Amino acid sequence: MISQTDLSPSFLEYLDSGYWKIFFNSFAELGEDEILNRRQDMMRFLTENGVTYNIYGDPKGFNRPWKLDIIPFLISKDEWELIESGLVQRATLFDLILKDIYGERTLLKSGLLPMEIIYNHTGFLRQCAGIQLPGKHHLVLYTADMARTVDGKIWVLNDRTQAPSGSGYALENRLTMARIVPELFNGLKVRRLSPYFHSLRNALTSIAPNNNKEPRIVILTSGPSNETYFEHAYLSSYLGFTLVQGNDLMVRDNYVWLKTLGGLEKVDVILRRLDDMYCDPLELKEDSQLGIPGLLQAVRSRNVSIANPLGSSVIENPGLIPFLPAIAKTLLGEELKLPSIASWWCGQPSALQYVLDNISSLVIKRIARRSNVGTSVDATSLTANQLHELKQRIKAQPHLFVGQEKANFAASPSLVNGKIEPRDALFRSFAVSSSNGYTAMEGGLTRTSADYGNYIISNQMGGISKDTWIISAESGSTFNVRKELEQAPENGMTYKSEVLPSHTAENLFWVGRYAERVLGNARFQRTVMQFVEEANKAFSDNDEYIKESLLQALTLHTHTFPGFIGPESEKKLKEPWEELNEILFDAEKTGSLAYNIGLFNRAVYTVRDHWSTDTWRVLRDMEENWQKAFEQRQSSHHRIIYALDNLITSMVAFIGLNRESISREQGWTLLNMGRKIEQSLLLINMLRVTLVQRHDEQIEYILQEAVLKSNECLVNYRYKYRSHLKPSLVLDLMLLDPLNPRSLLYQLERLKVDVSGLPKISSGHQLPDHERLVFEAYSMLKLASKEKLAEPEKNNGIYKNLDVFLTKMNKLLYSLPNVISKAYFMHAQASKQLFTNNTDK
Amino acid sequence: MRYQIAHTTEYQYHQTVSLCHNIAMLIPRNTDLQECRKTIVKINPQPDVMNEYEDFFGNKVLYFAVQQEHSSLKVTVLSQVEKFKQRNLKMELYNNIPWENVSAMLQEPGLGNFEARQFIPATSITNFTKEIHEYAQQSFTPGRSLFDAAWDLVQRMYRDFEFKTGFTTVATPLTEVMEQRKGVCQDFAHLAIACIRSMGLPARYVSGYIETIAPAGKEKLVGVDASHAWFSVYIPQSGWIDFDPTNNLITSDQHITIGWGRDYADLPPLKGVILSTGSHKLDVSVDVRRLD
Repeated sequence: MISQTDLSPSFLEYLDSGYWKIFFNSFAELGEDEILNRRQDMMRFLTENGVTYNIYGDPKGFNRPWKLDIIPFLISKDEWELIESGLVQRATLFDLILKDIYGERTLLKSGLLPMEIIYNHTGFLRQCAGIQLPGKHHLVLYTADMARTVDGKIWVLNDRTQAPSGSGYALENRLTMARIVPELFNGLKVRRLSPYFHSLRNALTSIAPNNNKEPRIVILTSGPSNETYFEHAYLSSYLGFTLVQGNDLMVRDNYVWLKTLGGLEKVDVILRRLDDMYCDPLELKEDSQLGIPGLLQAVRSRNVSIANPLGSSVIENPGLIPFLPAIAKTLLGEELKLPSIASWWCGQPSALQYVLDNISSLVIKRIARRSNVGTSVDATSLTANQLHELKQRIKAQPHLFVGQEKANFAASPSLVNGKIEPRDALFRSFAVSSSNGYTAMEGGLTRTSADYGNYIISNQMGGISKDTWIISAESGSTFNVRKELEQAPENGMTYKSEVLPSHTAENLFWVGRYAERVLGNARFQRTVMQFVEEANKAFSDNDEYIKESLLQALTLHTHTFPGFIGPESEKKLKEPWEELNEILFDAEKTGSLAYNIGLFNRAVYTVRDHWSTDTWRVLRDMEENWQKAFEQRQSSHHRIIYALDNLITSMVAFIGLNRESISREQGWTLLNMGRKIEQSLLLINMLRVTLVQRHDEQIEYILQEAVLKSNECLVNYRYKYRSHLKPSLVLDLMLLDPLNPRSLLYQLERLKVDVSGLPKISSGHQLPDHERLVFEAYSMLKLASKEKLAEPEKNNGIYKNLDVFLTKMNKLLYSLPNVISKAYFMHAQASKQLFTNNTDK
Repeated sequence: MRYQIAHTTEYQYHQTVSLCHNIAMLIPRNTDLQECRKTIVKINPQPDVMNEYEDFFGNKVLYFAVQQEHSSLKVTVLSQVEKFKQRNLKMELYNNIPWENVSAMLQEPGLGNFEARQFIPATSITNFTKEIHEYAQQSFTPGRSLFDAAWDLVQRMYRDFEFKTGFTTVATPLTEVMEQRKGVCQDFAHLAIACIRSMGLPARYVSGYIETIAPAGKEKLVGVDASHAWFSVYIPQSGWIDFDPTNNLITSDQHITIGWGRDYADLPPLKGVILSTGSHKLDVSVDVRRLD
């Protein structure tokens, strides 16, 4: 494989030396075909495990599969010793700087660090000044991006202190490699990652308020649309910390509480994956919907600790770089072990002049990162005009800009399109606070650019990741495939505390509802489409009339108005396929199947840590098949109906698998409750739109048949009654039969059990509202008579009794989700800002 | 001279609120020219949590939370403030520093300079445009003293701008104030600050009250006052000096300071987050009374 490529002789020589030689021996032993097979396996493994990241602002960028190169990034023992000590030194230094900035500000007052670099940084949160934090360090987590230059030197490119990401991906990369290509580890003693996570857990425990030895630790995420949401959920499973969003938490009595189904639980430590600015709408970014109002009060009262603390992003600041060596000397009495890329802060006149004079050979950065906007500009690739504009921007606000030298990175081998090619590599190292300083992860996350020579590397721009191997001579802490796998998340699950955040409960409830909604609508639409397809071949008038009735029922059932109803519908009724297609595939159309699938997927991803690997596979297949069906939506009607078959099968499999994969009882209850409520409402609605209206006998017959078919009950009916369809018997089977798993009574019996299993909120003998509603609906059903319901009313075009009955039933069950939501989910109320604008003199 | 200030804010909610978090910046701080002798805070319903502390700028902050269902919230802050005799303006000293020299002087060591420099950068509220900068330049003519230039700016603003309530809100950008040439005290304070910062000089926002005098022979009505805002300029070796562009004044005994910051957002009188979906009605009344 190596020999096939047109690699430069020096690069080939590099690959034939030291650890690379051992690695490529194992590589060659596997053989080219096998390597390519394993690569496929790896991609499938990552996809099936739902390893993804999201790209902001790209509609297709949601849940992109994670890319992992089969060739790792290797770091020798000697090199690592330097990196490790440099990383620890930097973390120590930044911790002192952070304490100073929010404390005495001696560095600023003495001029060792120009105050403009800090005060103009958007991450300098004045609200956090003077806050005393528990624990040895203020900076709990520190991460640095580094690169190797051609001369073998290691340079730091970025410091990350806000909410450093990547440790979870690093772990997932390692586990994937261990599972898919264990042979490649042969002969190389690779250090293990898990000790880092052990240290992380200790670090978070050690900052708990009041020396609490068993603190409740949560991971705060902004939610499923976050770039690295996969990792948030993954770490939550691996570490056993509850994953929460801002609205899962609240501040009361200067403490932070987790809202759970069973009530409020005190939170001691927050591992923050949400930018600090968004964390408290009372004191920080006021329009943030992601934070917890009053959080800073709890921090000030020292009742909760946050890692990293609010305000720490001020350290993510290339403006600091030129001043670090002097600060290190003053604060630590040491030289910097790892140099930063040469940088010039434009707030100083001489540096500004240098940057302006040499701009076309520099990379220009802003001191503060801005969300969704690139903060680095590679000025070497700009046109004269663009350079001029950039200069103007720098001159207008020089203190906001930094010029950085563009280094020549050493290439690292990557497998690209089946060939080994050189790529620039950027690797991220992680350090976490510990009792005797900082502990570094013995590994990291390496990313390479998609194209050779591309200087700016980021996942957002399509980079590929690599596992990072630190080759150790010692054996004690070296990697052992089985040992590492034993600590994989599936096994970590047992750590997971039993509390179910209300928000998660609510999402599980909605997963249940949307799953049934998709299933019910798909079945009904399939029935309608099958009929339309067949009716096209028959030519009776009645068929045409039935077809129209069914199409109108479909519009009513799916709420996709105007659809086949109203003055404009005549043409659509004659040529229904375009509208039928839209009801299936138009994701913009409220009520369409695609729309509901979208809601389903969103709810599924929000609680993604609840699904087993098998469940993920089903979900993936469903998504892929649906995408395929969408692409072929203009092809034959049979194919579309076939796509519906597939969707229905997948959804049934999903629901079935949940029984096994959702272990926590409350979670399962919630999901099931959602399903039962949705099934009941769908059934009631379907009966209302098909059977309430009176038609001539033959049409009624077909409509009844459609109802039974859409509910998979036709066989049941024939088996049970051995007769033609009769209204009273159809209603008996669909409403009152306790043994038919599709009947309303069946749903309500289960619902009755589920609601009574919810945690009791109030004491006393009175039934809570949600139990009362279910009980009332249940009693109504038990007291109903099929003959009476099927009794036609004279002088009236409808089945009056049935109509009244279904309307009442619908009303009861329709209000049920609201009642449950109010009692248990507690965010029926959103928080909002109050302002006085009374300065008007 | 002693003043008593009563500042009442009342919210009426259309739906009950189960929880509210609030931050009040209504307690006057001590300065060279005033001392807050006594403050009484009355909140109804009784808050479950109250925290008092100082912010980054040394202003007094009161956080409180009401954790039971309520449909109205009334906050009254009563303060007694002693104003000291206004120091004599050392005009000759102010007048001998040309504004162009100030930037360099601020780079010299010293806590005063250090603290002043944080008020140079524009904030999102006080962001300046070309128009604002040009408006400022007419006062900041070559060689003029900083004091003269600022005072000239205040006088020009008083001439050029119309005081008009109801036209602007906290969210109205300065460009619009500049274009329409009207606004209220905080707009004028922000505009003046933007002008001075556009020249690369420090200016800060001051929140407070002003005593209004009843027309001759009439009793002053209770509650007709309002909270007020003005700005302050830092003159090296002398300190901060306050200007009131709304009233065309260098502040006097009648100005009572609550606190200062970079702009309004650093110290809104009262802000909060409620758990509720409904709308609300707001009433504010301020009464500034001379005690002796």
